[in-house]
Amino acid sequence: MLKRLRESKSAQGTLLALPTTVWLFVLLIIPLILTAVVSFGKRSPDGNVIYTFTLDNYIRLFGYSTNCASGQAACFDPLYVNILLRSLSLAFNTTVLVISLAYPLAYFIARSHPKQRNTYLFMVLIPLWTNFVIRVYAWMMLLRKEGAINIIIGWVMNLLHIPFTPLEMLYTPGAVLVGMVYEFLPFMILPIYTSLEKIDLSLYEAAADLGANSIKTFLRVTLPLSMPGVVAGTILVFIPVMGTFIVSDILGGRQVILVGNLIQRQFLDARDPTFGSAASLILMVMTLIVTYFYTRKFGFGEEIVVA
Amino acid sequence: MTSEFAVELRDVVKRFITPEGNDMAAVDHVTMQIKNGEFFSMLGSSGCGKTTSLRMVAGFEWPTEGEVYIEGKAMGHTPPFQRKVNTVFQSYALFQHMTVFQNLAFGLEMEGAKEDEIKKRVGRALEMVQLTGMDRRKPKQLSGGQQQRVALARALVKTPDVLLLDEPLGALDLKLRKEMQLELKALQQQLGITFIYVTHDQEEALTMSDRIAVMSKGKIQQLGTPVEIYERPTNKFVADFIGESNFLEGKIKSISKKEASVFVPSLNAEVVGMPISEGLVKGEEVIVSIRPEKIRIAEKDAVNQNMFRATVTNTVYIGVDTKVFVDAHGAKLKVWEQNRISRLDPKSFYTVGQEVWLMLLPENTIVLKKD
Ligand SMILES: Nc1ncnc2c1ncn2[C@@H]1O[C@H](COP(=O)(O)OP(=O)(O)OP(=O)(O)O)[C@@H](O)[C@H]1O
Ligand SMILES: [Mg+2]
Repeated sequence: MLKRLRESKSAQGTLLALPTTVWLFVLLIIPLILTAVVSFGKRSPDGNVIYTFTLDNYIRLFGYSTNCASGQAACFDPLYVNILLRSLSLAFNTTVLVISLAYPLAYFIARSHPKQRNTYLFMVLIPLWTNFVIRVYAWMMLLRKEGAINIIIGWVMNLLHIPFTPLEMLYTPGAVLVGMVYEFLPFMILPIYTSLEKIDLSLYEAAADLGANSIKTFLRVTLPLSMPGVVAGTILVFIPVMGTFIVSDILGGRQVILVGNLIQRQFLDARDPTFGSAASLILMVMTLIVTYFYTRKFGFGEEIVVA
Repeated sequence: MTSEFAVELRDVVKRFITPEGNDMAAVDHVTMQIKNGEFFSMLGSSGCGKTTSLRMVAGFEWPTEGEVYIEGKAMGHTPPFQRKVNTVFQSYALFQHMTVFQNLAFGLEMEGAKEDEIKKRVGRALEMVQLTGMDRRKPKQLSGGQQQRVALARALVKTPDVLLLDEPLGALDLKLRKEMQLELKALQQQLGITFIYVTHDQEEALTMSDRIAVMSKGKIQQLGTPVEIYERPTNKFVADFIGESNFLEGKIKSISKKEASVFVPSLNAEVVGMPISEGLVKGEEVIVSIRPEKIRIAEKDAVNQNMFRATVTNTVYIGVDTKVFVDAHGAKLKVWEQNRISRLDPKSFYTVGQEVWLMLLPENTIVLKKD
């Protein structure tokens, strides 16, 4: 047995892949199958799962409703479709905003003196030492009516003798966007920084030598060479933003409901795991589709490994 | 061409603050005039300021003092992209995300050249460096030598007045290096472009250059043609750095307009009739320098001048030459004897301990200031 193993390369390969396979199977494949099975089931009146095969949950998710105001037997209810679209557009907006903030920052860090670089990177990472939820709560403190931002604006307005009523910033889509951008910024800065830092300085000189000014050098050399970092960052930001529910829960309240919140509430409040499972699978499929087309166009950022 | 000189450095100083906080002059009052169409080399050991000098011509670095002139125009703080010089970088600095064609086209696009003109010029440049057909490859898909050619073509396609090359062959193996040296030289003559070439390989500099500036510690030690530099080094550093030399300390016994006689204590004799350089006076302590291949070994005293008795201490056969090490009254000298005849017969070798006569031909001997 041992002798056979020593001689056979393919047997060795199988053995080496075994832990990963088991891990993937137990923690990914089985839960996924379970979710799928549950999503085709029905909710019993006491909140348990009746295992059958019905597409009811999916039909409901895409707007089929029997609970119509007009008294019809069936009608289109855009509630869940809107939640899905809202999640998609929020993830998109967050990613775009994060890129536009992270790129200049990463560029600045990569081009700064090597001695200062580590300090800057350290500063980028410091917030991550605090619990995710606590960081979001901090934004609640800043954004609410009696929060720091309103106090400061009020104080300035008072000095200028302009009447000021505190802004309603909390529990708005804007608040959720700000929170998301804040939470995921480091995950974009780091891969972009890594790819910028890797660019050989002599390439900038070569570009200048060949007649390119700094704008052209940036567009033709720096930007293309840092794209792997942007792609990796996008994957690291877009996917979690699609699924997270904490930011929208705390900063969006009942106003901004995302797929994440929908799923969470189905499992915990509404006690309907079948509908929650269906929503989970749809979320996964949606994320996969977007990521698939994105990576087909731009490739997998190789920086994802580094980050 | 408005100026006689393609590039001129006038009393240029470049200071750096080192990371240790010291102020050091990487280039120290360098003046050189590089003629149009010349193959000019800067030669020196590591850290002597060659790259820094070149970078000041390219515009990546600005002189702390002095001025760089290109085509007679003072460059001041003109940025690199406004100078009509191009660089071949030591590490090639090719754009990895672009194909060979795009690498070459980049510089032309920056000039605003039209598409068909770009195609034509890139094609011609690739032909020049024998890379036709490789235009769709990425730099990573090329060998080191091919990448080197792309770097060269990328600079040449811009038809610069002056091409700056910083140890462009440094990463290539010896054989390819030698091939490329001849190719580069041929290309330079064919195109008539001024080349400023940085190297620490003296053979390379001697092979290719019209003139060489030998540098050390930020200063030019000697500037001249390869023959001048080798045959008439003006100081001990150059005599020692280029090729090999024997040095004998002595004192000028008598001096005329053209010749000097030097008493060399270690030989306990006088070397007479040597050509002199300027500024030497009678009684001055000097160094007599002679190349090992320029000393003759004789079996017996033939003439009575400049012949010295010596004992063979070692011989080394290296194929082309036999290296003979001798001791003449305590002065240890190296003598290279060319193997003009087959040395298969062991009797044709000098044996250790053998007594021989050394002949110094005065016209091959140089009298240098002691510094
Ligand atoms: N940016 C810089 N900051 C500080 N010191 C520098 C800088 N650039 C060069 N030097 C110093 O200036 C001196 C000359 O450097 P340079 O690169 O010109 O040498 P070089 O003759 O090209 O040597 P090599 O043959 O090793 O390339 C070196 O001592 C180097 O340490
Ligand atoms: Mg150098």
